[in-house]
Parts: sequence; structure tokens; C-alpha cells
Amino acid sequence: MNPITRRRFLKITGTSLGAAAAAKTLSVLPGTAHALEKAAAPSGVQVIPTFCDVCFWKCGALAYVRDGKLWKVEGNPEDPLSRGRLCPRGTGGIGAHYDPDRLTSPLLRRSSRGKEEWVEVTWDEALDYIAERMQAIKAKYGPESVALFTHGIGGNFLRHAVRAYGSPNIAAPSFAQCRGPRDVGFRLTFGEDVGSPERTDIANARCIVLIGSHLGENMHNTQVQEFSEAMAAGASLIVVDPRLSVAAGKAKWYLPIKPGTDMALLLAWMNVLLRENLYDREYVAAHGFGFEQFAAGIVDFTPEWAYPETGIPPEVIRETAREMARYRPATLVHPGRHVTWYGDDAQRSRAIALLNALLGSWGRKGGFYYPQSMDVPAYPYPPYPKSEKGKVDNPNNKYPFADETLTTGIREATISGKPYPVKGWLVYATNLIHALPNEAETICALQELDLLAVVDVIPSEIAGWADVVLPESIYLERYDDLNVEWFRQPFIALRQPVVNSPHNQKPNWWIARKLADKLGLGEYFPWKDIEEYLQYRLDKAGYSFDELKRKGIIRGEKQPIYFDEGVPAEFATPSGKIEFYSLQLAQAGFDPVPQYARPAEPPPGYFRLLYGRAPVHSFSRTQSNRLLMDMLPENDVWVNADVAARRGLKSGDYVRLKNQDGVLSNRIRVKATQRIRPDCVYMVHGFGHTAKGLRFARDKGASDAQLLTRYQTDPLMGGTGMNVNFVTFELEA
Amino acid sequence: MARFAMVIDTRQCVGCMDCVVACKTENGVPEGFNRDWIVQDVNGIYPTLHMEIRSERCNHCDNPPCVYCCPTGASHVHDLGGVVLVHHEKCIGCKACLAACPYDARFVHPEGYADKCTFCIHRVEKGLQPSCVAVCPTYCMYFGDLDDPLSEVSLLLTSRKYHLLLPETGTQPHIYYLT
Ligand code: SF4
Ligand code: SF4
Ligand code: SF4
Repeated sequence: MNPITRRRFLKITGTSLGAAAAAKTLSVLPGTAHALEKAAAPSGVQVIPTFCDVCFWKCGALAYVRDGKLWKVEGNPEDPLSRGRLCPRGTGGIGAHYDPDRLTSPLLRRSSRGKEEWVEVTWDEALDYIAERMQAIKAKYGPESVALFTHGIGGNFLRHAVRAYGSPNIAAPSFAQCRGPRDVGFRLTFGEDVGSPERTDIANARCIVLIGSHLGENMHNTQVQEFSEAMAAGASLIVVDPRLSVAAGKAKWYLPIKPGTDMALLLAWMNVLLRENLYDREYVAAHGFGFEQFAAGIVDFTPEWAYPETGIPPEVIRETAREMARYRPATLVHPGRHVTWYGDDAQRSRAIALLNALLGSWGRKGGFYYPQSMDVPAYPYPPYPKSEKGKVDNPNNKYPFADETLTTGIREATISGKPYPVKGWLVYATNLIHALPNEAETICALQELDLLAVVDVIPSEIAGWADVVLPESIYLERYDDLNVEWFRQPFIALRQPVVNSPHNQKPNWWIARKLADKLGLGEYFPWKDIEEYLQYRLDKAGYSFDELKRKGIIRGEKQPIYFDEGVPAEFATPSGKIEFYSLQLAQAGFDPVPQYARPAEPPPGYFRLLYGRAPVHSFSRTQSNRLLMDMLPENDVWVNADVAARRGLKSGDYVRLKNQDGVLSNRIRVKATQRIRPDCVYMVHGFGHTAKGLRFARDKGASDAQLLTRYQTDPLMGGTGMNVNFVTFELEA
Repeated sequence: MARFAMVIDTRQCVGCMDCVVACKTENGVPEGFNRDWIVQDVNGIYPTLHMEIRSERCNHCDNPPCVYCCPTGASHVHDLGGVVLVHHEKCIGCKACLAACPYDARFVHPEGYADKCTFCIHRVEKGLQPSCVAVCPTYCMYFGDLDDPLSEVSLLLTSRKYHLLLPETGTQPHIYYLT
């Protein structure tokens, strides 16, 4: 093994250095570069700590301002998430500040909805408009008839304002369109979910299993760093994906699975672990509930049974199961993050949880740790009004395990008016047109509204439909709520303004507070500005606001994070154990032990549409960031090279994709590649913008979301499985 | 004397382009241009494939054709570490070096001079790592002095297998790719 680690000193010998460095030999410890740079920073350079918001990982950052202008952003070495290094999006974050297409002024619609014709108004006029309509809706239908869609920490203050107003209908697409099924599957099994940042102990794993999770393309920073660390330390990697992802290219075992059949593979793996007695019997005996029924439930799922389903040969299934067993409990079967694929996603996630349970990895080093956090009391507000009607998204508890609010449930209620009408949507920092499947349904719901108000930094598609658009300051221009993180090591992080907003943009806390004032809810915002709010919370917790402003991060004491270190092995399930057999599921009429259902085949001539992430973009929010667009200006559609040849398609050719319902995409370039199966195609999510205001991003690449006219709803929790659409090619003349 | 080189571990690199973005912000590289870039080399037939991902840039060659061909002396070898640089004010933008470079590492800056990777000599002279190296989230890049047998880069090259880009051109490149 390589005897050198990155922790060692990097020696740079400089024999003819200029006056800037007096020493002949400089020893630079990587990671101290920032400190040095700060010391060496020429006058006119200021370094201000904050945390990133290009995605929701919240990496600690140092922003450099040179001659009053934003210069660059680097990782804050004090921060456990970034560990001194940002991902490419974070590094490119300054592009959001300089984006010439960003929203500059509050806008009021002046013609019919969706025409994107506006008048610029003052903040008072815009907020009066919203407040008046919210009051009218409250008077006529009750406060529950206003819903808030929000994503990320920036939404905290608007969330608070909407709760104060009296509505419980607050939803984020991160549940029903992303990680919800995973969290439900894990809660059903271990009584706890994996959270965000995920409690995956990648750094210490000796065997890592990725199922459709493309770490390295999906840049959740700490995970990628730890993944690299584990690989450097010689961890074994098993990747299951219909596409040779970047991670798959580094795998010891690459399993080119038929899309939609992961459950069959998971069941067969567990079957092998049981038959060959390779599972952690002690762990299962100590912590498991219903193991006998579970064992009986999977007895038929042999590798031979799984072979025709998955296309993975039985010997490979056996060998990889043995590989996982070899390294247990430091074998991490990664639960993924964006897992809304086929509508059986909560059960598939539960199968992943169970496989981890068999390997004894939950609560163990190299598996899943127990995250810790610091105690920072919430600001003491008056109690929120009680809602008589309750939430609108999940009538009669149709999805019994939906423990967060369903965006798509609110959309459905808005269309049907049942169980009660929804007449106002407030949308914060989430582009619902790209985030929710079936755009037509979203637009249909919008027709029912008396108010659609959107707070964003760019003129997104959903902003294009709004009555009022409110321009928010980007994260480098504002304070936000504290990030009191649950992680390996507890810490508090501060987002603080680095530069001023260039136009009439305002931070979300100011918007929420001002709106609350206009709604007569001033008592819910007793602080005069956010600094007072932050100061109060930190004082109560016994930390210094000044220190946090200076450092960006305050770390807490390291605490035990594994069972071995003293974390009690307790599980918040009904049985108090790891539920191999789930009575809860049985009682609700679902499979208590996961079962397999074969996915629908693509019609002849069609291909399953798969989508994913690029390392340089976040959702549909970064395509007007010129720095990031310089890296990837449009997406392409990956087509198996042999299929492409047969169809006469070459890399670089433009095609349109037509889905099973006749929806035609914007033009998109073909990437003819050996890196994908012949039965599916793949594209990066977030492109194909149509909003007029996105002058630069508009018409670049195609939107996967537009082609997702079908979705398969997860019967357990209401998640929308979206890998159920099929497309064919239309040639561009 | 010092001889600077970069060693990049292709086993770790995920092709995220952070090195490219960081270079752009650090060095103010204008929109539409970049000094470093990512190559994904794929060989084989699905699903039996081999893929190498590389972060590429100027190779700061020992035998630099771009320096030899420069009519004004703008393209030169710096007196520290063998770094190949361009004097902006001497450069007339004739593009001879663009044609001579087998790695296609150069471009004409909108201000009229030939531009390319500088090994971030302005940082290195302050004891900092080049920006791309300092930012990489996979820690796959190493920068240092090959004349120092105990430097990290020297040790890596004695303990690991590596390859160079187009060594047959005789340029004697100084970016090493660990395999
Ligand atoms: S992962 Fe990247 S985009 Fe997300 S917060 Fe961290 S640096 Fe920013
Ligand atoms: S930043 Fe590192 S991992 Fe990312 S492309 Fe560059 S060298 Fe590779
Ligand atoms: S060494 Fe500096 S100039 Fe060269 S590619 Fe890296 S960041 Fe760019």
C-alpha cells in the first residue's frame, strides 16, 4: 500500500523564491493553506466565513472579497462538512452573485398567468398584494388554504410565518420526490432514518455497496471526500447501476443491472447471506425482531431466481454477497438519496436497511453512526394557532407512513378541492415545474389558485407562473438561521453576508418578517433584525456570536457515535428492536417482509428514461450561473453506442425525445457511449429551461421533468416513483 | 534547484471539475475559457469497461515546443521550478505556441495574449498549493518538487505506477498520472 497519506507534509523546495518567502524550504500542511493565505492576503482582501447554499449540504466556506468585490469561495478548514474543500458548485458559487439574469426587483404580474409579463413594484406593494390575498383566503376558506412549498434552511423564517398564520400545509419536494422513501424504509426497520447529511460512515467502510447512487457525480461533498478516502485505503466497492457511473468505473464489482429490478437483487443477496450462514448472527439475535418470519419470507429468492429478473449471474450475486460478509460490520450498503424510482421505493429502501441489519452495520464503525448535535434552544415564540382541519395532503391517511407533508398531495388537493380547497401557494427556492413530475398537473393546480407568490433568486419556471415574484438575496449576501448540524462531530455554523445584494433583493428573514407584519402577526417576530435573533439563540446556548462571526464554525465535543463507544443499542420501533418482520406494515395491509414485483417493460422501440446529477449543477437552480455553465452548458442523452449506431445516431447529433404520452422534449445532444445498457437512456436533471427571464439557460438541453408525465405512487408513503417513463428519438432536421 | 511537477491519482479523481472551477476563480480565467480540463477515457464493450478520468493542463515540459517557437521570447521557462510561463506584455498573440503545443493547453486570452496554466506560481511562491490541488475534494492531486527525493511527489512516483501524456513527442511532460 502507498505509505504516503495526504496528512503528511507536502514539501515544496524553493531555492530561488522572491522576497515574498524568506525561508528556503517551505513546509505546507495541506489544509493550512487558508490560514497562510489569510496571513499572506494582500491588503484589500477580506476573508469572511459563511456556509454554502448551492445545494443543501451546507458546507462551511471562506469567501474572499478583493477590492470590495467577491473574488472566490473556498472551504473552511474548521468545518467538519467541507473539511476545507468545497465541491465544484460551491467553488462556483460566486457565479450566482454575478448572474446577469437574476431577479432584481419585486414583480407583479400584468397579464394572464404564465405569460411572464411584469411590472416592477416596491417591496411594500408586493407584500401588500400577498398579505391582502392571504387575508381574503383566510376569511373565506381558513388559513389552511394557503400552502408553502419550501426547500432548504433559507425557508425557516417563511415556514415560521406560515405556521403563525395558521397553516400546517408546508411541504418540500425533498420528501415525496427524493429521499422520503429511504427515510420511511429505514424508520420502519431501525426506528430512525439516515438523515441529511447521511449518517453513513463511508470513511471507515471496508466494503461499500452503491445501488444506483452515483457518488462523485452526485457531489454531496463530505460523502465524496470520504468515498475517496475509503477507496484510497483499499475499500472494496460494489456498484449496481444500469449505467457505468463514475463510481462504477472504480468498482471491484460492477453489476449492470436491468433497471427496476434492484429489489430482486437485494432479496437474493439476503437469501445468500442466510443460506450460507454469512450474516451477523450475534447482532441479529441481540437486536432483531421477527427474524424467523423474515427468513421464511425470503427463502425462495435464490440467485437463480434473481438471474432472469436482474440479468446478474447467480455466481456474481453469491460472490458479491460473500464480499459484503467478508468485511462486515464495516460493510456499508449505501441507502442512496434520490430514491423515488419505481413506486416500491420505501420497500426497496427497507430491503437495503435489512441487508445492512444482516451485516450488522447499523451503529457500527464503517456502517451507520449515531450523529450528534449541539444544544441550541429555539427562539421562544408564542404558540402557533391550532389547525382545526389538519393537513390537506394525505386525506384519510391514505399513505399511512407519510410522516412528512406530500407536495404532490397538496397539488392533488388543490386540483380537486378535497378534502378542502387550497387557494394560495407560497413557493420558496424550489422550482416546482422541474421538481414535481407531470408538469400538466402542476399547471392545472395553479389555475385553482387565488394567489401564487414565489421567492427565488432567479426567474425560474415556477416564478414565471406567479402573481408576485420576490427577489431574494443569494446566500453570500445574507444571514440565515443557524445550522445546528447533526453529524459525526456536533457543530454550529453561521451564514453571514459577504457582499451586498447588487439590486433590490432582500434576505428571506426580512421578507418573512415584513409579510408577518402586514398580516398582523408582528408578535411572532419580536426581534428587530436577524442579528438580534442569532445573538439571542447563541447567548441562550452559551456561545459567542462574535466568535462565530469570526470563525464561521463552533465545534462541540466529540461524543460516542457507535454502539462500541457506548451509544445504547435502542431502536424506536414498536418492538424496540430492528424489525426484520414489520407488524406495522402487516397491520396496514403491506408486505411485512419486502417482496418483488416485476417492473413494466418499455414498449418496442422505446427506452426507459433515467436521470441523475452532474457534479457542477444543483437541480434546476444553477443553469444561469455562468461559471458553472462554462463547465456544463447543456445536458446530453446517453445512448448505448450499439443502439445509437443502429439508429444512425452519432455523438453530438441533436435529437428530441418523445415519451409514451407523446410529449416531445427540447432538442438534446446524443452521447453515444458504451457506458449504458441498451434498454435505457440517461440524462442529467435540471436543463431545458423555458422561462423567458432565464435568457442564458433557456433552450439549453432538455428537461427530464417535462418527460415525466407518469409516476408511480409509493403506497406506503406517497413518494412519486419517476423512472417509469419511456422515450424514443425524433431526429432533428 | 527545484523541479515542480504534479502527480494526479486517476484512481481517486471523479471528474467533478472542481479543479477547473477553482482555477477560473483564482486566476480570473474569462468566460468560455479554461486552463485545465477533464478527460474521461473509456475503453471496452459494455459492461466490461475500463475508464480513466484525468484532470489535464499544461505539462510544463522540460523540452517545451511552445517556448522554442515563440518569436518574441514571451513564452519562457521561469527561473523557479521549470514552470513554463508567458510574459503577457511581450506576447503578440501570433498563436505559434497554440499550434506547437501537443496538449492543446493554450488559448488566446480576450486581452490578446496566449494564456495557460501557470502552476499557480503566484501561490507557490507564497508557499501555497496551486488552486486546483488545494480544492480537489478527492485529494487526488499532489504538487511538489521532483528534485527533492523525499517530497511527496517523488515518493509517489517511486511507489506507484504512472503514465505521462504523449511522451513520444519528446516534450518531457511534468504531469504524472497514477494508475
Ligand atoms: S456540497 Fe457543494 S454545493 Fe453543496 S453545500 Fe457543499 S460545497 Fe456547496
Ligand atoms: S477536482 Fe479533483 S476529483 Fe474533481 S475533477 Fe479535478 S482532479 Fe478530479
Ligand atoms: S496550477 Fe493553477 S493555473 Fe494551473 S490548472 Fe491548476 S489552478 Fe489553473
